[in-house]
Amino acid sequence: MATAKGGMEAASDEARDDSLRTVLIDAAKAAALMLALGVPILLLRTDQDMSNRLVLLPRFGLLAYAVVIGWALGLMRHLGARGRIVFAGLVGLAGYAVKMAAGDGDTIGGFRVDLLAPALSSFGILVVGLLCVTALYLAARSVPESTVERTALHVPEAVEIWGPRVGLLLLAAYPLLALMFAGSAGSIKWIDNFGIQIMIYIMLGWGLNIVVGLAGLLDLGYVAFYAVGAYAYALLATSVIPNTIPELGPWAFWICLPIAGILAAMWGVLLGFPVLRLRGDYLAIVTLAFGEIIRLVLINWIDFTNGYAGISGIPRPSFFGFPFNASDEGFAATFGLEFTPLHRTIFLFYVILALALLTNWATVRLRRLPIGRAWEALREDEIACRSLGINTTNTKLTAFAIGAMFGGFAGSFFAARQGFISPESFTFMESAVILAIVVLGGMGSQVGVAIAAVAMIGGTELLRELDWLKTIFGNDFDPTQYRMLLFGLAMVVLMIWKPRGLISTRAPTVYLKERKAVSGDLVKEGHG
Amino acid sequence: MAGVRVRSDAMPVAQTGDLLVVDHVTMRFGGLVAINDLSFRARRGEITALIGPNGAGKTTVFNCLTGFYKPTEGRIALLEGAADASDIDAATRTVHRHAVSNGRGVYLLERMPDFEIAAQAKVARTFQNIRLFSGMTVLENLVVAQHNKLMAASGWTLKGLFLPSTYAPAEEEAIATAKYWLDATGLTERADDPAGDLPYGAQRRLEIARAMCTEPRLLCLDEPAAGLNPRESAELNTLLRSIRDKHGTSILLIEHDMSVVMEISDHVVVLEYGTKIADGTPEQIKTDPKVIAAYLGVEDDEVEEAEREAEGRS
Repeated sequence: MATAKGGMEAASDEARDDSLRTVLIDAAKAAALMLALGVPILLLRTDQDMSNRLVLLPRFGLLAYAVVIGWALGLMRHLGARGRIVFAGLVGLAGYAVKMAAGDGDTIGGFRVDLLAPALSSFGILVVGLLCVTALYLAARSVPESTVERTALHVPEAVEIWGPRVGLLLLAAYPLLALMFAGSAGSIKWIDNFGIQIMIYIMLGWGLNIVVGLAGLLDLGYVAFYAVGAYAYALLATSVIPNTIPELGPWAFWICLPIAGILAAMWGVLLGFPVLRLRGDYLAIVTLAFGEIIRLVLINWIDFTNGYAGISGIPRPSFFGFPFNASDEGFAATFGLEFTPLHRTIFLFYVILALALLTNWATVRLRRLPIGRAWEALREDEIACRSLGINTTNTKLTAFAIGAMFGGFAGSFFAARQGFISPESFTFMESAVILAIVVLGGMGSQVGVAIAAVAMIGGTELLRELDWLKTIFGNDFDPTQYRMLLFGLAMVVLMIWKPRGLISTRAPTVYLKERKAVSGDLVKEGHG
Repeated sequence: MAGVRVRSDAMPVAQTGDLLVVDHVTMRFGGLVAINDLSFRARRGEITALIGPNGAGKTTVFNCLTGFYKPTEGRIALLEGAADASDIDAATRTVHRHAVSNGRGVYLLERMPDFEIAAQAKVARTFQNIRLFSGMTVLENLVVAQHNKLMAASGWTLKGLFLPSTYAPAEEEAIATAKYWLDATGLTERADDPAGDLPYGAQRRLEIARAMCTEPRLLCLDEPAAGLNPRESAELNTLLRSIRDKHGTSILLIEHDMSVVMEISDHVVVLEYGTKIADGTPEQIKTDPKVIAAYLGVEDDEVEEAEREAEGRS
């Protein structure tokens, strides 16, 4: 319910009619809409009976709940910001109280009703629900509204200066903090599933941000460069290095990382050439096709890539020559530590942290150099760029190449971390997730992209941690199955609430007297 | 069209002091002839105005000059130093896009892509519908305009990325140049505001400042006074004169506002239906019967009559 709030807020306007009659009519309309939607979607459930026949089970109770929720949403439209929070809180509490009072037993739509009154029919739920919700609405209506106008968030100077430093310190201390709070067994999950996974996507988001956010070229096939980087490392480290100079084995990752980056950049230029003249939807389609071509080649060129079976046994990165194993030459033995696989995980976290920071450092620097300004100018107006003598061909190709290079680095790290790669990891879905991170974060904003990556990747990982939800929704409820649903819902809500992404303002790269943020409304999104 | 003589045949050969030499340029879009065998000269250190009724092909001429269109036929040459007609012909016979030797340079604009015309031949332009980088600040707009100089100073990004101290002086210089043009156009107060936030007149001035930051030889202005009030038009005249006199930049402008055209132009070219109908000083143009006819819509025979009278008097 809280998620729908943002949308309702945006839809409401200043001068609205709040007389009880209008409110009730509106709520009735919302409830009717919910009923109309609920009948085909929620009402009938297919099941098998004792003799394995398919039967339809009506779920009137669930439908009644849906209608009550619709009614509540309709009422909520007529509340101010504070009233909505109070109302949503009250309704949530009431629902939870009913649930708790009901305890275990037969449930309807997750909620038990038999304790309230076994005789209470679905119609009863409906009537009681509507009355309760209306009463709560009237209570919330009396909450005084704040008259202070919402102003733009002003970041104090101290936060601006110390924020990044403290953030960096926290990131650097993250594995140790995880170790402290979760113990050595529990911390692997936090460092690997959360830390490393999120950092990979932050890095990919920052890499794509150069192409989409700065240069304004919509790239739907970014995962292709990620794949090129991953396969470059995997093939070089499993086939080329052992067969040519096996002594380099422990150093494989460090040697292949730059090569993977360069190869990905080359493919970036290769993609860039044919799409130079394309704009908008056409550019998006061709880049999408490019991503699919790379994936299909990986699947079908079995001699080279081993097809669907993928490449396994990819060497893991060493600690600058000392492998992470229990041998005498291993990292643990050399530094007099007890061997644990945690060492490698922590090391991998620092490697991806360093790679991500490198991406950020390069992007921030490039933005202040003529090439970065030319990218942003290109996003704003390509024709004006050309009239000022900017070679737009080179400008676009460098954006593609540099963005692809960071994708290649990330891919090579991904292969080293997994130890196994297959084309399954490089589907269009990955491109879509990375693009969603960039768009949700606010195109061009480094901090926004990082926040979006934490929220989206961390959020989906968190779903695995929500076992307590089973106490509410029953044992067969698996929150991870709602991953894509929540993902989509979050995107819709965020785009209504903040259509230009989390951080939509643009920081100027140079100033005369005072650095003023540029409002997102003026910044163009690029023609791509 | 009856009564229209093709005067371009009578065009004298290019001489030293000519900056822009347009020879027999025709631009066709399918069956539509937007420019028909147009020839004119723009002299160095002068303000040349290109006028004509709506749809006469003025902006098409600009687009051909600045490389956004390739003319169907004809030659457009930009001269540097002491170059004259013989240099143009010599350059035309080669396959090169430009030829520069001991102070005599020829740039064949019809062979060059748009960004090269701005970067090498140094022809800058503004647009009829203003094209600023609206999400960037006023100052950033002016710094972006100095892209090529700064690219070289930043060692094509590598030096700027890894040795930022070597790049810093170039950036400071660029900001100083930008500051100069901000002062000249009265935009210093708004330097850190987004360009899209400026009022219309200021946006027009900013576009001129941005074009000047590329250090052009020839500045092409497409209706710079459109939408300006009389006070702003007067300020524009002062600005354009100072650009011509102080910076040695020649100006070619398209304009409908006759208070601007007649007051500041040294030379006026009049187009109608893609054909040149007059070419001369503002005084000559004011009294030219064909121009009057084109603007006021007089019958062709009346024009001929007026021309006979004019010839009889002289």
